[in-house]
Amino acid sequence: MSIWRQVTRGLRGLLQANRQDQEIGDEVRHYFEEATEAYRARGLSEEEARRAARLELGNPSTAEEQVRAYGWENAVRTFSSDLRFGARQLRRNPSFTAISVITLALGIGASTAIFSAINPILFKPLPYPDPGRVLMIWNSWQGARSEIAYGTWLELSQRSHSFEATAFFEPWQPAITGGAEPRRLEGQSVSAGFFHVLGVAPLIGRDFRASDERPNRPKVVILSDRLWRQFFGADPAVIGRAVKLDGDSYTVIAVMPGAFDDVLSPSAELWTPDQYDSSQTTREFNSWEWGNHLRMVGRVRPGVSRNDAAQELAGVARSPWPQFPRPRWASLDQGLIVDSLQDDIAHTVRPAMLAVFGAVMIVLTIACVNVTNLLLARSAQRAGEFAVRGALGASRGRITRQLVTESLFLTCLGGTLGIAAALAGVRAIVALSPPELPRLDAIRFDTASFLFASVLITIVGLVAGTIPALHISRNELQSRLQRASRRIASGHLWTRRLLVVAEFALALVLLVSAGLLLRSMQRLLAVDPGFSPSQMLTVQVVTSGHQFDETPANPAGADRRRRFFEQALDAVRHVPGVESAAFTSLLPLSDDPPVVGQYGAQFDDQDSQSGYNVFRYAVSPGYCQTMRIPLVAGRLLDERDTADAPQAALISESLARRHFGNRNPIGSRLHVGPRNRPWYTVVGIVGDVKQTSLSIDQEDAVYLSTRQTWFADDTLSFVIRARGNATALVPDVKSAVWSVDKDQPIVRILTMDRMVAITEAQRRFVLILFEAFGIVALVLAGVGLYGVLAGSISERIHEIGVRMAMGATRGHILTMALRDGMRLTALGIGIGACAALAASRGIVSLLFGTSALDLLSWVGVLAVLAFVSVLACWVPAWRAANVDPSTTLRSE
Amino acid sequence: MVDQNTDVIQGTLDLLILKTLSLEPMHGFGMARRVEQVSRGVFKVNPGSLLTALQRLERAGWLDSEWRNTENSRRAKFYNLTRAGRKQLEIEEAEWNRRASAVARLLRQEA
Repeated sequence: MSIWRQVTRGLRGLLQANRQDQEIGDEVRHYFEEATEAYRARGLSEEEARRAARLELGNPSTAEEQVRAYGWENAVRTFSSDLRFGARQLRRNPSFTAISVITLALGIGASTAIFSAINPILFKPLPYPDPGRVLMIWNSWQGARSEIAYGTWLELSQRSHSFEATAFFEPWQPAITGGAEPRRLEGQSVSAGFFHVLGVAPLIGRDFRASDERPNRPKVVILSDRLWRQFFGADPAVIGRAVKLDGDSYTVIAVMPGAFDDVLSPSAELWTPDQYDSSQTTREFNSWEWGNHLRMVGRVRPGVSRNDAAQELAGVARSPWPQFPRPRWASLDQGLIVDSLQDDIAHTVRPAMLAVFGAVMIVLTIACVNVTNLLLARSAQRAGEFAVRGALGASRGRITRQLVTESLFLTCLGGTLGIAAALAGVRAIVALSPPELPRLDAIRFDTASFLFASVLITIVGLVAGTIPALHISRNELQSRLQRASRRIASGHLWTRRLLVVAEFALALVLLVSAGLLLRSMQRLLAVDPGFSPSQMLTVQVVTSGHQFDETPANPAGADRRRRFFEQALDAVRHVPGVESAAFTSLLPLSDDPPVVGQYGAQFDDQDSQSGYNVFRYAVSPGYCQTMRIPLVAGRLLDERDTADAPQAALISESLARRHFGNRNPIGSRLHVGPRNRPWYTVVGIVGDVKQTSLSIDQEDAVYLSTRQTWFADDTLSFVIRARGNATALVPDVKSAVWSVDKDQPIVRILTMDRMVAITEAQRRFVLILFEAFGIVALVLAGVGLYGVLAGSISERIHEIGVRMAMGATRGHILTMALRDGMRLTALGIGIGACAALAASRGIVSLLFGTSALDLLSWVGVLAVLAFVSVLACWVPAWRAANVDPSTTLRSE
Repeated sequence: MVDQNTDVIQGTLDLLILKTLSLEPMHGFGMARRVEQVSRGVFKVNPGSLLTALQRLERAGWLDSEWRNTENSRRAKFYNLTRAGRKQLEIEEAEWNRRASAVARLLRQEA
């Protein structure tokens, strides 16, 4: 009841404010009249009675105020009048308002956009039930994550008890043929428990069963919602229908829900069970079952922590059982890496994301400092106004509330604009994002982003409004009234100077980081990849169809595959404008999964448990010439190296050095991959090539002729050196490949330059953001310094006038003003240098070949900061130097 | 004037208002005068506090008010007790007595 009454009365108070005021006024007046009357009745005169009543009861208008202050509606009324007043103030100072709002919009917009990007990757739980229980299990190789073999999975899943279910998966890119152009689909080849581990079930149809993954069972496939709608018109009757993929017939058994987000392969559109043969794992280690090309994921039992599971698996890895033999490359002697799925998919980008978030927080802080500075300057200008209000009875709290309301209003304006900027910013981030950024589909402006922005707006508004208010409380309001007309309290200026110092310090941190990243990028791009990427086109072709399968029924399959590639190469070489062309199974600096190309290599003087992990390149003759990989010794592979010729191999310089030292490797023998095959003889040594990234030295490589490999690769990349513009060759090269067989899908056509750029996309992305934030910080710091100096000059104009009257030259005044500004800059730089040294530790993993003390970065940044600060000081200093002493002194 | 006697004890103003109004409807000054007289000058009521308290009690639903003329024909806001107000008075009276006797017991024991 009483709440209802509170609300209705309060609303009436708001809506009929005048009537209620009137009523309270009448009541108080009546009270005092009665009191006066009572005194008069005792025989006092009218005048004396009134005085006595006042003496006894106090000031009627104070009583009136007290009564009026009751009720919640009163707070609303004060707030709305503060707001109206604040809005009027802002309208009266459009330039101040515009600068503050834009500054805040920049800070809040940028930080909200970055937050929207990192939130789904680092913090938001994955869209699966109990996502914390899903773990990734990797083989550990030199401390890095590395794929596992089917045999390893079999052993781990059978020996560990921490998991409710485990599964493995690998990329699967089948082609749908028969259309106008053969199309390759992105998919995954998985074990039967895959969806169970993630905790998702198909929308229609059935999940995989254990029987689906046994060898030689009928092939089945599960479709994504998108593929189902695109290819099958969302027809529920698709279940049970057969689809031709790579020439094989697959039965559709299910469709996944549209909301299913496969974070392990975001672009996957179909899934099929891998059909490995568990009976193969105990025999020789030459079968596919022992290739390290699978990833493992598991769901732990409820109550089992990641640590428990990791410890159990580490125990399993340490103690091999005789019934689970392990080859050298799957010995698990370097342990396993167990990580939660969320951390795992983010681990490559986490340092970059945190660094970018730190950078944007610095920008936000600088923006906030700048607006506080502007508000301080304004409250100094308004000192007279506050003094008058104080004299009229406004309490400190009342004025504080006024200031905070104003700054909150200002931040809300800036924040609204900032949210609009964030909406655009999120889109820009998605567009600019490096390919390795996980969960790209989940990056959007959502409720969490909105909450984040709202919290920022509130905090910034409160802080920026409270700091000027603190100054007012410190200096007594009355004493200000006396001085307000002439001078401004110097306390403001001290705070403002400190804030400018902080701005410069923060800007320095950002700029030094940006400088170090820029230098890293330069160093990286200066790294010799080992081949010449300019004027090169790369075309990846995947063979598709049963005619290429080497089976007892089709013994010529592998030859047919080799022949197709050779004929296609021949056709490509005849395209006008092609200088030379070749193909390779593994393209350097591409997004080819490196694991697919890595094999164990063993020289004839090594025992069965030692060897090297090398990249295996199956290439056509002319590959090294086309790539311009230099020959160091011996000869290159050529037309002589046919299937019947002695098996020949080239090794990289690094591998030669590692194994042979100063000895001559030419003529020595080695195995690459299975050991039950004839030895390869080293015929030549070639220069090292960067395979995975310019920043990674992992260059041991063996080059074999495609005619002498133990299996025919189904995916080869053509490398084509053009006489002129490489891009112009695209249509002709495509039709050349398809002139041989129109059913073979072309997967990727890119110039080599572009490919190299993509490899370093993450660095570039971070660099662009840091550069943008650094420039914003620089501008804001410059504007802040200018504002403070201009304020200080206009305050000291009288003093300057006196100085000039006493004989100071323009030069003196100019130096004085400049020195004042430069002192602040120097202090800021000093503090910022220490902070930047500390901060550079945060980005150390993003640096390449650049120390945190890189001289050029520091000198460059200091020069830029000094330049900006001279620029910001010059204008006010010039104005100071041009003061006309007679004018200023007369105006006193 | 004796300072310590001028203010109403914290928390008793409501009780005094309710009790005073339980006898007859009254306006603000009348109530203040009545409290002072009956308490023989021990309690002096501040007009701001009294009128604010009246607003609060009215909003709580314990008082009603209307504007009418006094005997010397001034327009004044008269308050009277509602049924809920009477019930509240009983509760507060009982509570006061409970506390007062507790304090009294403690003081006796001390002596």
